[in-house]
Amino acid sequence: MSASANVHPSVVPQSVFPRLEPRLPSVSKPIQYVGGELNSTVKDWDCGAATSEGETVRWALMYPDAYEVGLPNQGVQILYEVLNERDWIVAERTYAVWPDMERVLREGDAHGPIPQFTVDSHRPVRAFDLFGVSFSTELGYTNMLNAVDLAGIPLHAVDRGDDDPIVLAGGHAAFNPEPIADFVDAAVLGDGEEVVLAISEVVREWKAEGRPGGRDEVLRRLAVSGGVYVPRFYDVAYAEDGTIEAVVPNRPGIPFRVRKHTLMDLDAWPYPAKPLVPLAETVHERFSVEIFRGCTRGCRFCQAGMITRPVRERSIRTIGAMVENGIRKSGFEEVGLLSLSSADHTEIGEVATDLADRYEGTNVSLSLPSTRVDAFNITLANEFSRNGRRSGLTFAPEGGSERMRRVINKMVTEEDLIRTVAAAYSHGWRQVKLYFMCGLPTETDEDVLAIADLAKRVIAKGREVSGRNDIRCTVSIGGFVPKPHTPFQWAAQLDPETTDERLKKLRDVVREDKRFGRAIGFRYHDGKPGAIEGLLSRGDRRVGAVIEQVWRDGGRFDGWSEHFSYERWVGSAEKALAGTGVDLDWYTTREREYDEVLPWDHLDSGLDKDWLWADWEDALAAADGSDVEVEDCRWTPCYDCGVCPTMGTDIQIGPTGQRLLPLSVV
Amino acid sequence: MRDQPEQQAPPVQRLRIRYAKRGRLRFTSHRDFSRAFERAIFRARVPMAYSSGFNPHPRISYAGAAPTGAASEAEYVEIGLAEVQDPEVVRRALEESLPDGLDVVDVVDVVEAAGGSLADLLEASHWLLDLEVDPEQARSAVEAFLAAESVSVQRMTKKGLREFDCRAAVVALSAEPREGGARLDLVLRHGVPSVRPDDVLAGLASVGGLTTGGAPLLTRLSQGPLDPGTGEIGDPLRMRG
Repeated sequence: MSASANVHPSVVPQSVFPRLEPRLPSVSKPIQYVGGELNSTVKDWDCGAATSEGETVRWALMYPDAYEVGLPNQGVQILYEVLNERDWIVAERTYAVWPDMERVLREGDAHGPIPQFTVDSHRPVRAFDLFGVSFSTELGYTNMLNAVDLAGIPLHAVDRGDDDPIVLAGGHAAFNPEPIADFVDAAVLGDGEEVVLAISEVVREWKAEGRPGGRDEVLRRLAVSGGVYVPRFYDVAYAEDGTIEAVVPNRPGIPFRVRKHTLMDLDAWPYPAKPLVPLAETVHERFSVEIFRGCTRGCRFCQAGMITRPVRERSIRTIGAMVENGIRKSGFEEVGLLSLSSADHTEIGEVATDLADRYEGTNVSLSLPSTRVDAFNITLANEFSRNGRRSGLTFAPEGGSERMRRVINKMVTEEDLIRTVAAAYSHGWRQVKLYFMCGLPTETDEDVLAIADLAKRVIAKGREVSGRNDIRCTVSIGGFVPKPHTPFQWAAQLDPETTDERLKKLRDVVREDKRFGRAIGFRYHDGKPGAIEGLLSRGDRRVGAVIEQVWRDGGRFDGWSEHFSYERWVGSAEKALAGTGVDLDWYTTREREYDEVLPWDHLDSGLDKDWLWADWEDALAAADGSDVEVEDCRWTPCYDCGVCPTMGTDIQIGPTGQRLLPLSVV
Repeated sequence: MRDQPEQQAPPVQRLRIRYAKRGRLRFTSHRDFSRAFERAIFRARVPMAYSSGFNPHPRISYAGAAPTGAASEAEYVEIGLAEVQDPEVVRRALEESLPDGLDVVDVVDVVEAAGGSLADLLEASHWLLDLEVDPEQARSAVEAFLAAESVSVQRMTKKGLREFDCRAAVVALSAEPREGGARLDLVLRHGVPSVRPDDVLAGLASVGGLTTGGAPLLTRLSQGPLDPGTGEIGDPLRMRG
């Protein structure tokens, strides 16, 4: 700490844009680096000086992927807005730069390398108090390392000083941040809206006091709250067999477990209210409204459904207001109603009808990511496509055989599916997309080949009810990756070779079929990226060395098949894990036992570990023919997953009985 | 079975719009601009006419867009409306809906803007090219360039590497000193093959040995009909007679 601890004449960091500008014509899609998006917010660096506390807290928010993927991300947009609404907080955004821009930054100019910058004001990321990174997927880890390095922030948290920002991870992957524990100062689990403000307040107070105790003290203050995980305050001990012996706090006052955050009353948080509209083309050219958060369908593979409990709905009135505000502010004419299973909203029928009525005769189109297989979905889809195109419908039976679907607790019968697609094809839909997973626990070749039978029956039924031959069915298959905080967290992941063999057998069976083969499209990815995702999902702190090695070898953009290199990951894992007694297979294809300390056991998602284990055992029993089903606690009594009592939360659902009124014409 | 979509009525009014691409938003590509413009139209609630078909599009036609990275004071677009509007009202609404840096300069009813299609009216462009080079070198390179009968340059196009003459399209070219370098003043005739300011820079390099360090800042000041006598560029939205 400097002697002048109480005086912080804030030096306004200079924009790097003048240094960037001459180089922009040389990089691809330069517009992604210039900012200036509609509804973006540029605030005075010292905006907090005029407030009673006199301090400003500054966040650089990152979605660790390319701008075209990162900009539409709802999580970052929401936090950006929530933070910037405070008159003492500055929040700006930064994204992963493409390799051509990375070269420009590292090469730099007469002043040296150009640092990682925010797109809003082109300020160096290192000048901010906090660097928050939102991870939807573990495959963004190398991009975070790259951004930290480009920012001029020491890669390892232990090497950072008082002038470096607090590097903070959030998003679903942060429910097991152990693989990046060496690189982040802190991690936050669950909904971010309230906790980013709480963190900001802690930082503001610490700054206003003259930063007593430096970096260590502000991290301690965050950690003792019980809602921010600071990896450095926990020691991990390993047993001889390579498993974790214990994870324990290494200083007084640090809680043994860190809780996730749950936002209650979504109606009070109608964000994004100022949706960002980029000039560059992005992956989602639409305005999205999250109609509820959480899901209790109980699909055992689904981490999102497990870690976001309980279900909290937005009311029909709030949804209506958010849709209208969003399209007027953004100019998007396509609206997506988001959630983990949108047809499950208690008033989804009313929402669909009333919104379709409101925008009848305009070019506003509504879409619903349909996942559930039931005929009601078709009614909804018809309503949503009243004005728009009628191209395709997506259903996710996930498992090819009935047995498989019981294992994963996705209770859809073949008859349900056939009835549903019959309704779709008879209503004029031409294409149905079916989503499955390969590599689920206890799966055999037969389970996967059952996908082909299902697809053939779908086409046969479609031809029968539509009387046409041009109908299609696309089968899309993803490799299953066991995730923390799910009943499958103990499961062995299928190795990539077997995954690829199974998919090849399936593809051959579909192709060989003379009657239906041509009507069935087949989309899948090879099993290799899934194996690495598995390593990163269930890894512990030792995996950090692997990530670092991959990054040092040039690994970036691992979520992009053209950038992902399995060989690089395998080679790096061998190198970095040498001498630890554990390896890639140990992390992925190994089944865990009840007693094993899992790397994320000290991170509390609210789920009772014994309930998860019992559900895992139920899955295995279902595999052998047992008839156990976990129903949805929205409609059946509580089955004690543990979340509500642990977190002090409750299910928040309608119906409200309200309807949307027609909009008055301007 | 689905009904065929209804036929859309033809536009009742056409407006021609001049807009500018300024500052950092000069890095907006033409595709980026067209998306931004469609959204701005929707936000501004301009009563657009739509094309017919299952996927109707607002009637917008673009002409002669400046390359990505070049600033411009004179870009043009034409829109078809379903209801007659006061051009000034549309100008204000669009100006408010577009991000700063994409600025609407002028909106004119096509009936008032005489003569031919927009694309036909845009015969030539007036450019300023700000370079970080010695003004004397620039001046001598310009002289050598103007003295040449033809100046062959190469450019990578979508169809591969093309070689063409960049001299004939140059109506006027001069060099002046400016702070930190030289400013070229260039009038370029549009045509086939289309010659761009960076082609002229390549030509200056080849016949005049002029190497332009850094990234030159290109700004289109105007584009429109070319008076063959004077070499002046007229306003395509305000033609006389």
